[in-house]
Amino acid sequence: MTRRPLLSRVADSVYWMGRYIERAENVARFVDVNLHLMLGGSGASIAEQWSPIIDTTGDSEEFERRYGEATRESVIEFLTFDPENPNSILSCLRAARENARTVRDTISSEMWEQSNKMYLAITDAGARDRAAHSAHDLFASIKLGSHLFQGITDSTMSHNEAWNFLRLGRMLERADKTSRMIDVKYFLLLPKVEDVGTSIDDVQWSAVLKSVSAFEMYRKRFGRIQPDRIAEFLLLDGEFARSVRHCLVESGVALHTITGTPLGGFTNPPEQHLGQLRAELNYASVGDIIAGGLHEFLDALQTKLNLIDESVHSTFFAMRPLSDAASA
Amino acid sequence: MLFDGYRTDGFHDEMFTAEGTPRDGARLLVDTISSLSQQELMLRQASAERLLLHMGITFNVSGDSGGTERIFPFDLIPRIVPAEEWTRLEKGLKQRIVALNLFIDDVYHDQKILKNGVIPREVIDSAKSLRPQCIGLKPPHGVWCHVTGTDLVRGGDGQVYVLEDNLRVPSGVSYVLENRNVMKSTFPKLFEGMAVRSVDEYPSRLLEMLESLAPGNNHRPRVVVLTPGIYNSAYFEHSFLAQQMGVPLVEGRDLVVSGGNVSMRTTRGFERVDVIYRRIDDDFMDPKAFRPDSLLGVPGLLEVYKSGRVALANAPGNGVADDKVIYAYVPDMIKYYLEEDAIIPNVPTYLCWREADRQHVLGNLDKLVVKAANESGGYGMLVGPHASAAEREEFAGRITANPRNYIAQPTLSLSRVPTIVGGHAEGRHVDLRPYILYGKEIFVLPGGLTRVALRKGSLVVNSSQGGGSKDTWVLAGGKA
Repeated sequence: MTRRPLLSRVADSVYWMGRYIERAENVARFVDVNLHLMLGGSGASIAEQWSPIIDTTGDSEEFERRYGEATRESVIEFLTFDPENPNSILSCLRAARENARTVRDTISSEMWEQSNKMYLAITDAGARDRAAHSAHDLFASIKLGSHLFQGITDSTMSHNEAWNFLRLGRMLERADKTSRMIDVKYFLLLPKVEDVGTSIDDVQWSAVLKSVSAFEMYRKRFGRIQPDRIAEFLLLDGEFARSVRHCLVESGVALHTITGTPLGGFTNPPEQHLGQLRAELNYASVGDIIAGGLHEFLDALQTKLNLIDESVHSTFFAMRPLSDAASA
Repeated sequence: MLFDGYRTDGFHDEMFTAEGTPRDGARLLVDTISSLSQQELMLRQASAERLLLHMGITFNVSGDSGGTERIFPFDLIPRIVPAEEWTRLEKGLKQRIVALNLFIDDVYHDQKILKNGVIPREVIDSAKSLRPQCIGLKPPHGVWCHVTGTDLVRGGDGQVYVLEDNLRVPSGVSYVLENRNVMKSTFPKLFEGMAVRSVDEYPSRLLEMLESLAPGNNHRPRVVVLTPGIYNSAYFEHSFLAQQMGVPLVEGRDLVVSGGNVSMRTTRGFERVDVIYRRIDDDFMDPKAFRPDSLLGVPGLLEVYKSGRVALANAPGNGVADDKVIYAYVPDMIKYYLEEDAIIPNVPTYLCWREADRQHVLGNLDKLVVKAANESGGYGMLVGPHASAAEREEFAGRITANPRNYIAQPTLSLSRVPTIVGGHAEGRHVDLRPYILYGKEIFVLPGGLTRVALRKGSLVVNSSQGGGSKDTWVLAGGKA
């Protein structure tokens, strides 16, 4: 019995399917938590509340050029329904579905149907109405849809090479989004490094935690709300499912299962880059990170995540030139 | 009740006799449907449509870049084919495919049928779908048409005719399988007491046939499905069949010819491919052998195929027998190769290159359907009775200018099946496309795609022109 080979094109599509569904979920989280913050009445003006989410997604220039002022309506439109914003929920779900469509023979029918249903729900004529009148329901259903997709994936698809590429994509995306969330929120709430450890708004910080479903788990781990503890929890916690470190550990398991290389070593660039970053986080302390500048640390982290993504692409997905075929 | 006031209107109805009583084998189904409330039927119809949408069994509406997708409309009332009738059709289809296959093999080898004057040589030499690149090819088992989807129609006289053979890249079988799934999950009640033959074995049969074509003695050959990609209207089917067979779905860019083999690009380098179920036309399959501007194909594929190091289904070049002029000679082929009479007749066909036929066609354009010899999907066609005088005149000009390229047939009054329209049943015209697999042996899937013209009075069943489909129930033998 030979191992079923995985087409490079299919691996690429499955990886991106994982990334896009995770991305859609995270955008829904960002918007949803902001809707909740608005109810908290912290005194900040509305514009100040909405523009940071756009910063989180990294599309501020595009937003300002097309929409101008960041209001509840314009931000929700841009992040949820705008087909021209490649990172809107609609665009992510469309891309996830198009990728799923090209690999329908590889994934399970149930996975395809779930990605199809998620896309049909966001393009449904009633979706904009829901965003205006019951926004929380809409974003909760997107999060739930993503969780459902993940559960369906894990329980209907063989945990084979393609499944590991999907997991790799999902985990790298999640690491990226959690790090962006920390970056933006930390700066929004604590503009100066010396403010760390001073009295802060519990409501605001709880919202940050809730946006990544971390509130309850954080409470169990650290109890009191403290910004440096929150940064530590979201960056370095080994057990929390959305912490950057945990995501990288999971990515590593997926990657090494694909290649068969033992976890302690590397045989190709993505294993090397990912291993280095994992080791860095495994032995980091939050005090050192904050002392050296949290923003600088997160900036460097995102550059490294991009490097991993690029090396995954060139190692597994890039169509190699014809001359390689002779040696196969 | 759904069938209250239902009329056959003088057409042959597949479910009711002219007197309005259910045909043999249909009575139980008619009774079951009649016992249901209109509300329940509408509910089931809506839930079937929702299921198709969620399964993504849709086609892209052409000319709409906004990505509008529609389901291929599905009607809940199945079309019934009684056991005895199916037995005869199955026999007729097997007979026909054997003769067609012998003909294709003959054309690319000894051309005995031409030498013996059964088919005029100029008809073959002028066939656009003749591929000189294929002369002398010896496909595995000598089979050229591995998957065929023959179009059958029933005329007003109750006789079933072959309308087209569709030997090249026939599609639609995925709808047959999914329609059955939808029926079973949305309307299990209808199956109660009915002995309907299963269609589920098609993917296994297809895989078995494809594996049997593999070169050498590889006991676990690598089979792939080759698709033009997601923008092809049959993409759903390509991915569906690959998934059901558990084989990779590849695009041209995934394959490469090297070292005399065809390989696919995988995450660990190149892996050899043994059998390709290609859903790309001959012309686009290999830019080195056929159309050089094709971006969909695999350069050098035909050379590897000729050397016997990869198998292709269907074999390139088999479209020569799809030429509508050559179609007219199929009954002669059956006689010539098998010394039998055709079990399922052709639709009477006038060949415009024959002087007498042409005069008749030109004199009766208002009664006939004229078709171009190498078009399909309803293109290059004139439906005389529905055409304007100007259209008929234009076609007369085309026929006179290029008589070889045109055939004409009487306008058939296709049979009808009750179809749900606005809460009650009305007769709508249908055709039937059974699927035939030909490897070491021949397998005819019991059933097929029943396409239905949903517009009142329309004879056009194509999905692009208001067509839909129905589940096709071939009844098991024994009591009906």
